[in-house]
Amino acid sequence: MHEIFKGLCVAILIIVAGFAATTPARAVVELDITQGNVQPLPIAISDFQSQDGLGKKISDVVSADLKRSGLFAPIDPSAFIQKGLGPDVSPNFQDWTVINAQALVVGRVSPEADGRLRVEFRLWDVFAGQQLDGQQFYTNPDNWRRVGHIIADAIYERVTGEKGYFDSRVVFVSESGDKANRVKRLAIMDQDGANVRYLTDGRDLVLTPRFSPNRQEVTYMSFGNGEPRVYLLQLETGQREIVGNFPGMTFAPRFSPDGQKVIMSLQQNGNANIYAMDLRSRATTRLTSTSAIDTSPSYSPDGTRIVFESDRGGRQQLYTMGADGSNQQRISFGDGSYSTPVWSPRGDLIAFTKQSGGQFQIGIMRPDGSGERILTSGFHNEGPTWAPNGRVLMFFRDQKGGGGPQLYSIDLTGYNEQKVPTSGYASDPAWSPLLD
Amino acid sequence: MLSMVSQGKTRIALALFAGLLVAGCASKKDGLPDNAAGLGLGGANGLGGAGNVTPGSPQDFTVNVGDRIFFETDSTEITATGQQTLQRQAQWLRQNSQYPITIEGHADERGTREYNLALGARRASATRDYLAQLGVPANRMRTISYGKERPVAVCDDISCWSQNRRAVTVLGGPSS
Repeated sequence: MHEIFKGLCVAILIIVAGFAATTPARAVVELDITQGNVQPLPIAISDFQSQDGLGKKISDVVSADLKRSGLFAPIDPSAFIQKGLGPDVSPNFQDWTVINAQALVVGRVSPEADGRLRVEFRLWDVFAGQQLDGQQFYTNPDNWRRVGHIIADAIYERVTGEKGYFDSRVVFVSESGDKANRVKRLAIMDQDGANVRYLTDGRDLVLTPRFSPNRQEVTYMSFGNGEPRVYLLQLETGQREIVGNFPGMTFAPRFSPDGQKVIMSLQQNGNANIYAMDLRSRATTRLTSTSAIDTSPSYSPDGTRIVFESDRGGRQQLYTMGADGSNQQRISFGDGSYSTPVWSPRGDLIAFTKQSGGQFQIGIMRPDGSGERILTSGFHNEGPTWAPNGRVLMFFRDQKGGGGPQLYSIDLTGYNEQKVPTSGYASDPAWSPLLD
Repeated sequence: MLSMVSQGKTRIALALFAGLLVAGCASKKDGLPDNAAGLGLGGANGLGGAGNVTPGSPQDFTVNVGDRIFFETDSTEITATGQQTLQRQAQWLRQNSQYPITIEGHADERGTREYNLALGARRASATRDYLAQLGVPANRMRTISYGKERPVAVCDDISCWSQNRRAVTVLGGPSS
């Protein structure tokens, strides 16, 4: 078990310093991503220099991340005039403006005497002829992909003014076998689909894994022996335990933003109500008390409010309440039923699944229920999860006759839908916070 | 030795063929349940079906009584047909009191995962309560919900979804 989890330990990455000139007074290269459809920024990413092929592999990760974001358009390296450029020399900017590059990334990977790697990069504003960013990192060679993601995040943040989301992971359910008897395993991967690791062996049916804010734990639902229950899994040790001692099925778990509580539904006879359990004191608090199905609770990022779904009014609708269960009010009023609400890490939006006209849609609305927008619609789309910067959603999709579910991501603008690569069927994604 | 080997192969071939037949049934789209038990016909008219099934055996329950009932979309109301099936079940379960009973609640795939877990639990509870009213001791029965996780019919239209919205009365522990 230890082997599986060893690689998940937070990598040792030290940002040594921004080197050379840092933030210039005026940058020409910036991207306003507050508007709907953004024209992606042409960016040249030169293969990072290295003695082996690792430099190119890292710059390829940077390029793939930026491209998938839909906000950058990496230029084909075969068009480059100034080839093999490293971080030590000033670029010949004329050679880059002529191929329409607005930004240029160069870098180098070199081995240290202690076995670690030193990875440096510089981001240039081609038209202003200025450096926008320059950093170096020391890391274990096994973490080369993470260095690529961290550099991509730095570039994304410098150009857009918003935090990136590339150095993050996704926990999900990997599915295999017949639809009538699916084998489901918990799995974890980098947000781009790389470095998949399986956390359970498939003997027990597992559903709805969710990250803790410290990323060291996952809460999920498992059938195991007997009553289906909410479990807590320590990623480093593989240790697992049942959350709480409830007299019935518990399901739909999520952590509070401080990681101290798990909120979930408890099924008793025909009713499901929402409970919060303090993980230190083990005290449980009942938050809803109806003869309906109240489920899928999700905290606001400041921990003061909870959004959930309930069919207390007939069909499934979204409701908000205080973290103590006070002031429960319905917020969804559109045509259809609403479920699986999840509060944005920025606090400004709630994403949900909506069933309407025989279609399953992913949408967003403000926490007061206003401004509803549907981002994607089809035979079956379900279970959105937010990227740590609150700009991108991941969800799972079953296509009619398609055999099984797959993961997709989409911008909250509704543009840039992308399939997330997984080796088999996949469902129930949950995005981690940014690693650090 | 050689003949034994070939016999073994024949058995495997037959088993595969049987498997294909079952798979064929699972995808048929005539709107009927995909197993004899779901039809519940044998028990209803007391004719046929019995064959060489031992009375009082789990097979007798499944084949001649009918082990499952079906629900309308998002509903936990027990239909008239469901009530008839449960009346037969209750009579049989009272006569064969040696079996512990697990009632599995299921939902079709046209709902979200968490809601369907609760919906399956509601269907199992409604079924248990109905059987209890008919004299099956409540302490003999436990319930479990599988939500939309264990469909019996796997096509992408209503003919399958209607078969998956079900509560199954299982003798002994849960079936999966």
